[in-house]
Amino acid sequence: MSHPEDLRYSKEHEWVRVDGSTATIGITSFAADELGDIVFVELPEVGAALSQFATFGVVESVKAVSDLYAPISGEVTEVNDALGEHPELLNSDAYGDGWIARIQLADGAELDGLMDAAAYTQLTS
Amino acid sequence: MAYTPHTDPDRAAMLGAIGVTSIDDLFADIPPRVRASSWELPPPLVEQEVRAELSRLANRNRLPEVSFLGYGAYRHLVPSVVAEVTGRAEFSTAYTPYQPEVSQGTLQSIYEFQSLICELTGMEVATASHYDGATATAEAALMACRLTHRDRVAVSTAVHPEVRRVLATYCSGPGIEIVEVPADLAEGGTGQTDPSRAAAALDASVACLIAQQPNAFGVLEPMAELGAAAHAAGAQFVAVVEPTSLAVLAPPGSYGADIVAAEGQPLGIPMAFGGPWVGLMAARLGSLRQMPGRLVGATRDAAGRKGYVLTLQAREQHIRREKAASNICTNQALCALAATAYLSAVGPAGLREVAELGMTQARHAAAAIAAAGLGTRRFSAPYGAEVAIEVPDAARRHAALVERGIVAGALAGRDYPELGDVIVLAATELTTDDHVRRLVAGLEATR
Amino acid sequence: MSVVDERPAHPAGAPDAADASGRGAAFASPEAGEQLTIVEPLIFDRSRPGRRAVRFPRPSHAAREAAAGEPAVPASVQRGEAPRLPEVSELDLLRHFNRLSHLNIAIETAFYPLGSCTMKYNPKVNEWAARLTGFTDSHPFDPEPMAQGSLELQWLLGELLLEISGFSAISLQPAAGAHGELTGMLMARAYHRANGEGEQRTKVLVPDSSHGTNPATATMVGYTVVTIPSNERGGIDLDALRAALGPDVAALMITNPSTLGIFEDQIDAVITAVREAGAIAYMDGANLNAIMGRFRPGEAGFDVMHFNLHKTFSTPHGGGGPGSGPVGVSERLAPFLPLPLPVLVAGDPDAVRRNAWAGRSTPDARFALDWDRPQSIGKVRSMFGNFGMHLRAYAYIRANGGDGLREVSEDAVLAANYLRVRLTDAYDLPYDRICKHEVVFSGRRQKREHGVTTLDIAKAILDHGIHPPTIYFPLIVEEALMIEPTETESLETLDRFVAVMHAIAERAASDPAALKAAPVTTPVGRLDEAGAARRPDLRWRPMVEAGRSP
Repeated sequence: MSHPEDLRYSKEHEWVRVDGSTATIGITSFAADELGDIVFVELPEVGAALSQFATFGVVESVKAVSDLYAPISGEVTEVNDALGEHPELLNSDAYGDGWIARIQLADGAELDGLMDAAAYTQLTS
Repeated sequence: MAYTPHTDPDRAAMLGAIGVTSIDDLFADIPPRVRASSWELPPPLVEQEVRAELSRLANRNRLPEVSFLGYGAYRHLVPSVVAEVTGRAEFSTAYTPYQPEVSQGTLQSIYEFQSLICELTGMEVATASHYDGATATAEAALMACRLTHRDRVAVSTAVHPEVRRVLATYCSGPGIEIVEVPADLAEGGTGQTDPSRAAAALDASVACLIAQQPNAFGVLEPMAELGAAAHAAGAQFVAVVEPTSLAVLAPPGSYGADIVAAEGQPLGIPMAFGGPWVGLMAARLGSLRQMPGRLVGATRDAAGRKGYVLTLQAREQHIRREKAASNICTNQALCALAATAYLSAVGPAGLREVAELGMTQARHAAAAIAAAGLGTRRFSAPYGAEVAIEVPDAARRHAALVERGIVAGALAGRDYPELGDVIVLAATELTTDDHVRRLVAGLEATR
Repeated sequence: MSVVDERPAHPAGAPDAADASGRGAAFASPEAGEQLTIVEPLIFDRSRPGRRAVRFPRPSHAAREAAAGEPAVPASVQRGEAPRLPEVSELDLLRHFNRLSHLNIAIETAFYPLGSCTMKYNPKVNEWAARLTGFTDSHPFDPEPMAQGSLELQWLLGELLLEISGFSAISLQPAAGAHGELTGMLMARAYHRANGEGEQRTKVLVPDSSHGTNPATATMVGYTVVTIPSNERGGIDLDALRAALGPDVAALMITNPSTLGIFEDQIDAVITAVREAGAIAYMDGANLNAIMGRFRPGEAGFDVMHFNLHKTFSTPHGGGGPGSGPVGVSERLAPFLPLPLPVLVAGDPDAVRRNAWAGRSTPDARFALDWDRPQSIGKVRSMFGNFGMHLRAYAYIRANGGDGLREVSEDAVLAANYLRVRLTDAYDLPYDRICKHEVVFSGRRQKREHGVTTLDIAKAILDHGIHPPTIYFPLIVEEALMIEPTETESLETLDRFVAVMHAIAERAASDPAALKAAPVTTPVGRLDEAGAARRPDLRWRPMVEAGRSP
């Protein structure tokens, strides 16, 4: 399993994509596969303040449930409402249409505590 | 011995296959220090002896010849066809439908149950059932706390005392405070929960207001106004209802209830000294993920055949463990099946007849008692199939009537000291004109 | 007739070697399957306006006249439209539910070795007793002089359960096992509060092999859950337990025998450590069927245990309830039991027991409900619990007697160990030691070597007309298969199961795709559970309405 080169990864299996001061976050395809068919995502509220490695939501599959851990700190500016109707996007396109939230980056230095694609691939293989 | 099939040669063969010489070898892992000492249990009985013993105990119960006792449990007809359905071993000796391919009977019947409860209550979603109406109410209160992120619960004192006792126990777990809203129970009072008093008890820390329709005294509550008071404070409105009455009374969904809880015993389930019964719970679709307990949903297999499965299980304890919405594991599937068969057997016309007969005979009894000058209605507000009557010297006369095989309702004084001379009389479709005559004659004779 | 009994796995193929019944060939055509297939519409679809199954009398003229003078139900609180309940004849109603029943596997139609659930035979005489009018028509608030039979039965059942378990006092009120856990943990907390340690003791210890209800219960009571690992032999890790114990621990909740079907062979040390730390020792009694007559938890030092009358004491599981979860406690927890308790208020208890064991009533005995218990945790359920289950359990215990109950546990353990040794060649056994009433295998070999999961194995078992074991539990066993045969299954049934499990293991190697496609003989195939959860359809709606709103 390979993971996009332009993202950073947490050991809790979340990814983050930085674009200027905005970061998009989601769960990795490895996490989605481990959970199986995902049936529900509890999204954070817009305006919520996330802190790195703290829980900010829940993802449920048919037979499992897992907390979502913020890979990075910041304020939520947008959430992916499409996941309400189509939680399966997390399975089919974890790094694209299955994104979970966009946040205003609080501290870019936190990225240094995350893995690159190679390290994450090694963690999950 | 009684029900094990193994012969001594069978046992010897199995021990041989296992490679041990005696049964005791299979229990060698129990530390000697904690092995059981002897016990004193009675000798085994054969079937005719079991029957004799259980008959002895059943006959020790002296069933009343005439009873106006309700107050949370109701003497209704259990149609023969309902007992036939629940007696089928394919339903009664199956377990939780973990393997849906071989459990479609149980699953479809629960889906039908959920549908019927939604129809009856006017709500959008119903669970597969709970232990009883009191625990369903307590779970509804905890659910309201999760939905609102608040930690106080307001409840009318005219909600049945048994329900409030269980509510108090459940709320003591997570430390949720209970606020009582006093109903107007004074002499000459309405017997209702006053919406303005409810409003005064509600603030931004209260998760829900719980009211019962009809209330513990049979009095009809102003549910729409109570619901409005709850909503004005941002609280959920929890309606506790009696299911047969919903053939006549407005469904909770029509007056703004957010969660409905009910005791389903009147729906074809014997009183059986208190159980097993079935708790009903229904709510709005938006609250679905905070509902406790099992849910069955429709889906399809790969060949496109329709089927039913336990669904949204990630809410439940076996997956979420310490983060579950509730520790509830089983529902009361067989009692839910009884309710499903009952509602299907009586249909909309039959259920209305049941409700109306009870309401008519309760009024018949109240009027006859008043006409004979034996007692008066305690509360001024209209009532359902249960009515509170003030009878001088109620406790003594109640006891005297028991000697004549008559149970003259429930003595309210046990739970409400200020209502020491109040009896709550309940009527159902099984209440006859002769029962009313005998009740009146009995009260007359003990004057 | 049953659609699920004794049918072969592969209807289109050759008779299945695993089908020890030898009936495979006769049932092996696809047509036979078709004929037995039942597709039953919803009861709503059988409805026709004007039909009904039950009729009621009309109120008399006198009753209506008298009622007219009383206040009517105001229009403002009345219902507008009638609820859309089905309108069906009595025969149509019966056909509907009878046909639905054919879609179920149940104990009385098939072997049901569902681990942790004790799916033993439910004796018929118990059902006969449960239908006696003296019980069914007994109102819970009937004055005590009218309810002496119900109260005596509850008192006697309590006495028997105490003798079986070695506890000091008991409440029959909890409606299920999980409900008993809640009751027990509320009592544990009340005990600590009464000792002034309510604030300080905030944690509950739970082994990683526990039932999910244990941690969920601890949370409901406001405790924080600490998970204790298992050791390499499948028991609780005693060192980890000792390290976790302290003045902040309220209780240990432990299942014994464990969910691995293994007796905690250091249980005496576990109990001692818990009690020395001032905590409450809670035993989950789900697996009591393994140890009757051999281990009495109360005598061994546990403080509290819930019974599962629907497991150990043969009351029917009902498709998922009603159950019954009485709670036995030690002396120090007795004051906190729920309200009320059935008590003997007049008469000699020894004489009452002696007489009852001889089938006689005791004339001067009088039973009552004791509400005067100031330290009680209160009520956990309305009334007095699932009385209908109490009377069945009483009938079961009386039918067996002490010797019979001991034999029940012996035969249950014998059967599980027999399956253990017969299946070890085909499936991995993570904890290879003597088991109690159930044995937990792992399907990891089949998964690793053939890509066949435990779910596939379970579905393949269905095609042999057998209910699969519990799967994927306990969580600490990879690809778990938890098998509990119970004492009521004959050696031939056990042997047939062994043959089926061997045949499936062979097929996992030779034709894994066939197992992936299973089941093929059931009324429906594997259902789309993800679809059901993503877009919940939880109730019937009329066609017109369903067409309007998705």
